[in-house]
Amino acid sequence: MFVLTEMKDTVRIQPWLFKDDVNDAIVNVLNKKFANKVVHNVGLCIALWDIQQLEDSFLFPGDGAHHTVVYFRFVVFRPFIDEILLGKIKSCSKDGVHVSMGFFDDIIIPPNAMQDPTRFDEQEQLWAWEYAMEDGKHDLFMDIGEEIRFRVSDEAFTDTTPVGPDQASQDSEKGEAEVKKSPYTVTASVSEPGLGLLSWWNS
Amino acid sequence: MEVKKEKSAMLSNYEVLALLQDIQKGHNKQKKMHTNIATVSYEIIQHLENTACAKQSPEVISNFMKALEPYKLTKAEKLQFLNLRPRTAVEIQLIVEESEERLTEDQIYELLDLLGQHLPGDDTEQEQEEMEEEEIVDQE
Repeated sequence: MFVLTEMKDTVRIQPWLFKDDVNDAIVNVLNKKFANKVVHNVGLCIALWDIQQLEDSFLFPGDGAHHTVVYFRFVVFRPFIDEILLGKIKSCSKDGVHVSMGFFDDIIIPPNAMQDPTRFDEQEQLWAWEYAMEDGKHDLFMDIGEEIRFRVSDEAFTDTTPVGPDQASQDSEKGEAEVKKSPYTVTASVSEPGLGLLSWWNS
Repeated sequence: MEVKKEKSAMLSNYEVLALLQDIQKGHNKQKKMHTNIATVSYEIIQHLENTACAKQSPEVISNFMKALEPYKLTKAEKLQFLNLRPRTAVEIQLIVEESEERLTEDQIYELLDLLGQHLPGDDTEQEQEEMEEEEIVDQE
C-alpha cells in the first residue's frame, strides 16, 4: 500500500529559519511542500522518511535565503496493481461504487468489475449483487458506509496543473460545470470470491 | 523536483503508522505542524489504528517473516499478509497469485494457523471462547 520514493529537490530556507537546525528546517519545508499532495506518476505523498544526502548550500545575490539540493525519501501511498485493500463505501452512482480509505477517496469500482450478476437499484440508488440461492435470488446491497474488500486493477494520473489562457478559454466554452478532475484515481474490482463487502464472506 | 526512483522500497502499514505517530509526538512539544501533514497523518492514523498493524511490533514481524520462509511467497504477498492479516482460506487465495498451483489445501490451513499464532488480533479472544464452547459441547 505504501512505498518509499527517492526524490531530489532544491530546498529554499528563508532567513528567519536560520536560527533553527538546518536539518529540521529542511524536513519542515519538504513536509509542507509534499505532504497530502499527489505527485504525477508517483502517488499521494504522506510524510518524509529520511534525508539521504545534502549538497552544499548556496546563496543567490539579492536573495537572503539559502538553497540546498537535498536527496530524500518520501512515504507515498501507491498501491500496486493486484493489491488487496480495505475501504469504506462512500457513494454509489450509475458509474459505479466510490470507495474511500479515509485519507484517499478517489477509488472507483466500475459496473463491469462487480460480482456477476450485479444490478443498479434505481429506487435505493445502490448497487446490489443478485446472489442466487436455492430459494431464489437474494439482493446483496452495497450499502454506504460498509467495509469493502477490493483488488486494485488500474491506476490513472491526470495532469491537473493549470492550463494556459488559450486552452482555458476553449475549456470554458464547453461549460463551467465541468467535473473536477482528480489527479490520481485508482480503479478497483470486486469480481472474485472473497471480494466485496466483508459481511458477505464472514460466515 | 526530480524523482530518482519511484518505488525504491515497499513499506508495511506498521512502519507508516510508527512514523506518523512519531511525527505527531514530536510536534506536540514544538510549535504546531503544517496543516497538510497534520491532516494526512491524522487520517492515516485513524485508518490504520483499526487494522491489524496497530498491534504489531518489529519482533512480531520478523518472527512472522521467518515462519513464512518455507512457503516461497513473494514480497508483495507477505506484505499483504502483514497488512491484512487474513482469517479465512478465501482471503489467502485472493492474496496469493495462482494459489491453487502454488499451495496445497493443507498449506493454506497451516498459513492460517501461522497468521493466528504470530500476528496479534482482535479475534484471539473470540477463538478462545469458541474453543471453550467446543469443549463444553464435548463434555456433554
